[in-house]
Amino acid sequence: MPTPSPVVELRDVSKVYPPTVKGGAEVVAIDGISLTVDAGDVYGIIGYSGAGKSTLVRLINALERSTTGEILVNGQDIARLPERELRPVRLGIGMIFQQFNLLGSRTVAANVGYPLEVARQPKDERTARVAEMLDFVGLSDKARAYPDQLSGGQKQRVGIARALASQPGILLADEATSALDPETTHEVLDLLGRVNKEFGVTIILITHEMDVIQTLATKVAVMDQGRVIERGDVFDVFSNPQQPASARFVSTVVKGLPSEGELAVLRDRHPGRIVTLAFRDSSVDQARVFGEFAAAGITFEVVYGGINEIQGRSFGHLTLALTAGPEAVRAGGADATIDAVLDRVRTRTIVTEVR
Amino acid sequence: MDSLITLMPEFWKAAGETLYIVGFTLFFGGLGGLIVGLGLYLTRAGSILANKPVFVVLNLLVNIVRPIPFIIFLAAAQPLARMVVGTGIGNNAIIFTISLAASFAMGRIVEQNLLTVTPGVIEAARSVGAGPLRIIFTVLLPEALGPLILGYTFIFVALVDMSAVAGYVGGGGLGNFALLYGYRQFNPVVTWAAVLLIIVLVQLVQFLGNRLARKAFRR
Repeated sequence: MPTPSPVVELRDVSKVYPPTVKGGAEVVAIDGISLTVDAGDVYGIIGYSGAGKSTLVRLINALERSTTGEILVNGQDIARLPERELRPVRLGIGMIFQQFNLLGSRTVAANVGYPLEVARQPKDERTARVAEMLDFVGLSDKARAYPDQLSGGQKQRVGIARALASQPGILLADEATSALDPETTHEVLDLLGRVNKEFGVTIILITHEMDVIQTLATKVAVMDQGRVIERGDVFDVFSNPQQPASARFVSTVVKGLPSEGELAVLRDRHPGRIVTLAFRDSSVDQARVFGEFAAAGITFEVVYGGINEIQGRSFGHLTLALTAGPEAVRAGGADATIDAVLDRVRTRTIVTEVR
Repeated sequence: MDSLITLMPEFWKAAGETLYIVGFTLFFGGLGGLIVGLGLYLTRAGSILANKPVFVVLNLLVNIVRPIPFIIFLAAAQPLARMVVGTGIGNNAIIFTISLAASFAMGRIVEQNLLTVTPGVIEAARSVGAGPLRIIFTVLLPEALGPLILGYTFIFVALVDMSAVAGYVGGGGLGNFALLYGYRQFNPVVTWAAVLLIIVLVQLVQFLGNRLARKAFRR
């Protein structure tokens, strides 16, 4: 595999806003972030509102100017570039928005053609490209419609067509699906997936919805208070989040470990022993683990958890309520038998006993 | 009534003068208002050409000029009219003064209309590399066209109002006609005729403005 080349590289970037009231404190929106996005990545940036995601993504096309640090786009530092020289840079970076931001006074076709107008492309080339883009997003029949005649999902598809009209190598998606219903969200995410695969466009998407990351992203950075607190392959962060904030995000889409409250309920219902087993990728052979229980005459009930799949790899936690059968009791007592089995299972995976 | 009939030629001439004054002031004042309004909008904090000193000065100027009663402004600005137009009296002098006053009044209205454009749309234009001039002509003005038309319709009425005092500086128009032949000669019918024509004129323009605005809004 060729070494991936970075298309966007942030080096120790900060953005500080002056105090909003006289004598007030400065607002540090971005606090010394370094981040590398490689060509072809779908890089998700997740965080609660106010974490600095929107500011971060706007630094990349210089809609917001950084206070310190370097911002390399295709190798060129754009952080200190004057507004005038940003035009060619921006033509190489498409952007879509939560509120779509279509021009209400223009038809769908004229919206899609707008970036090409700015790039002073000849009219016939423009028309051809607009038709091509509208076909790609499946809205050829809406070319003459106005944005206010479209549904939210259609508006975002127009937004995508517009963002890609000038054939940029990078697409910034600012909460692109947050204003859409779940079904439309999936349509738009599918489309963005095609943009990445068919056009090889590098996508940087910010969201507060973990399922967007789960569906689309290959890499993820978790932001909190202007800092990136965790980053990595989506699978790694999902299956083994290191930071409490990351774990909270992961838990919104992944049913893993039961919470304290849920545990209390489980304990009430199941008087016997309860254990949680971790499964990650192919490193744990589920069938063999369960075989150990069966061989020792221990039956179990899955009372909590689930197995998740991300990018074709699976991981998850299963919480089991164990019951020793008559055979196991005869063989040396229920607890002793269960202990022996758990010891064997521990050689294969992580076992947490819940008391 | 008879006197009105004999005054008909004067009446139509006055109506023509009102249209002349209002027409030119709508053009010059409208243009001035657009410039002042754009200036206010573009230089305010957070806007694409944010410039605090320019904004503060412009804002102050608008706030100073706007509340001055027009008849006093007319007298006060006469030396300026003499400098610019070459004369302080007559229809052309008053066109200058009304245009000046209207620029500031309209400037505020234009500013408010432009503020109805969602900042996100401007951000979208910036994100594809559009510069300030392009944003003004392809985003700001087209997106705010509906409210702008209504704003200009509104200012039209104010222009008719201001033009009525043209007689004080040797200008003509329906205001002058009503005062001269109606009020001073104790002939209310003549005054009412002028009032009636002004009502018709204003209604017509309001109707036209509403229709155009609706077209721009596409609703």
